[in-house]
Amino acid sequence: MSSQQDDVIQTVDLTKVYPGEITAVDGLNLTVTRGEIFGLLGPNGAGKTTTAGMLTTRVRPTRGRCVVGGVDVWEHPARAKALIGVVPQSNTLDRSLSVWENLYFHGRFFGFDAKKSKAEATRLLEQFRLIDRRDASVLALSGGMAQRLMVARAIMHRPSVLFLDEPTAGLDPQSRIAMWDILDELHREGQTIMLTTHYMEEADEFCSRVAVIDHGKILALDTPTNLKASTGIDTLVTITAEGDLEALASLLHAGIVGATNAEVVDRKVLLEVKGSQGVLPAVVQLADDRGFLVTDLRINEPTLETVFIKLTGKDLRE
Amino acid sequence: MTDLTKSAGSLLTADSPPVSNLVAFRALLQRDAFVLSHNLKEFIPRTVLQPLLLVFVFTYVFPKIGQGVGGGQGAAQFSTMLVAGVLASVILFQGIQAVALPLVQEFGYTKEIEDRVLAPLAVEMVAIEKIVAGALQCLIAALIVFPIAYFVPATAVNIHYHWLILLTFIPLACVSSAALGLSFGTFFEPRTVPLLFGVVVLPLTFLGCIYFPWQSLESIRWLQILVLINPLVYMSEGFRAALTDTPHMPIGAVYLVMFGFTALFVWVGISGFKKRVLS
Repeated sequence: MSSQQDDVIQTVDLTKVYPGEITAVDGLNLTVTRGEIFGLLGPNGAGKTTTAGMLTTRVRPTRGRCVVGGVDVWEHPARAKALIGVVPQSNTLDRSLSVWENLYFHGRFFGFDAKKSKAEATRLLEQFRLIDRRDASVLALSGGMAQRLMVARAIMHRPSVLFLDEPTAGLDPQSRIAMWDILDELHREGQTIMLTTHYMEEADEFCSRVAVIDHGKILALDTPTNLKASTGIDTLVTITAEGDLEALASLLHAGIVGATNAEVVDRKVLLEVKGSQGVLPAVVQLADDRGFLVTDLRINEPTLETVFIKLTGKDLRE
Repeated sequence: MTDLTKSAGSLLTADSPPVSNLVAFRALLQRDAFVLSHNLKEFIPRTVLQPLLLVFVFTYVFPKIGQGVGGGQGAAQFSTMLVAGVLASVILFQGIQAVALPLVQEFGYTKEIEDRVLAPLAVEMVAIEKIVAGALQCLIAALIVFPIAYFVPATAVNIHYHWLILLTFIPLACVSSAALGLSFGTFFEPRTVPLLFGVVVLPLTFLGCIYFPWQSLESIRWLQILVLINPLVYMSEGFRAALTDTPHMPIGAVYLVMFGFTALFVWVGISGFKKRVLS
């Protein structure tokens, strides 16, 4: 019973087929636990936004069901909407209202009386460091400020889950850091958060668990640490070179001490090695000896990008 | 699966109490009223100017300079007849301006509608709120414009109130116009709005029996039949019956068709709205 109470999102066989037999989401089963920051990671068109849309009453599933905060989203959409907070990709602030009024009326939509809504609107503007803009038009806000106001609005009615669709896309680096500070703080206060992203570094650093999605299916679902460990890779060397890359890959696989695998992905050779001591000079030496011109060389531990490449054979950044 | 069904079925385990549909509905209306009250300096000129010019030129300037239509002996009769037409056209216009135009923007590029449909009420209720708020704006517009149509004409206007008709027909015309606005708002895109005015609204108003009673079209029989597809005809004729003793279409027929049009526009508007916000 207690485990059920801790499940804030549950989906069973959740599927969306758009007209023209385009399957955007294909039999998704996942559970999000209270207090998690859950990341849907995948390239554009993987089905992340459609999944979020089905969970937030906007995209009607073709098959399957989803439950948020104990309410079946598609049996009781109006009830479900009281339990979710949504920060979409585009700015959906009310252009006819000021910054403060945006929050005030949001509170009223969600059943706050005037007094409570006024107090909460002011408190949130202080918390989100927007209080000096309270009377400004929302058109006068920078991208980062508008995004902060949308987060404030989305959590105002204390939703069971906060959904964010690509929360840092299009933000400058400073606003991106500010956004993550806010999400981190909400997380510490116990807010359950589900977000979609195609930034691997962010998913890696901030998410409690990550579902790697491609073509509407979950390819892997675990904590970032476990996902990276699951690749079995210790060190990864990425080599950009001119010449026959397949030949270079075979050469390095055979000739580098501790090499466990080498393959060509996106016109680069990815070499997996146990232990990193002296690998780079050895790679350059060997390639040079056989007439390959190495133009770039990188060495790192496996990232979620490595996980994605391992799972799909392609680069997430494309 | 069974776990899921259990937890979904038992609403007691839900995280927070539901917000009543009506509470959210009322709050949406309050938001619209708030925005309207802050935009009066735009609302009033945009509402007043067109009917003011219409009434001024047709019933003040023309009689004064003794020109054709509205001049000469029929002047008083024409002014009286025009009051009904002006009211009808103002209400129809307002329905489009208050509902269709903002909605086209919200769907098209501001995307504000995405937030409005996340308010905790059924999507249909969000659409109905648009109709109610629009109908109230139509009513306000009619109240502002009526004195203009009454006082501006150079000749006396013979108003005879038929209260029962007036008090039932005003809400009907307002709801019908706002629902038509909702239908247009979900159908047109920012790019095609000029078409809405050039190809839809213009013929509606010119052939909406604003300037002439429907019965007078008898001499152009085909036109008299053709304009029957125009909802503005019934609105003009209905107000003629409500405000004057001038000839008008049988009032029973006016009500019957108006109810039909209203039901159609509400249905088209709500289903169009759902189609736009859900995928």
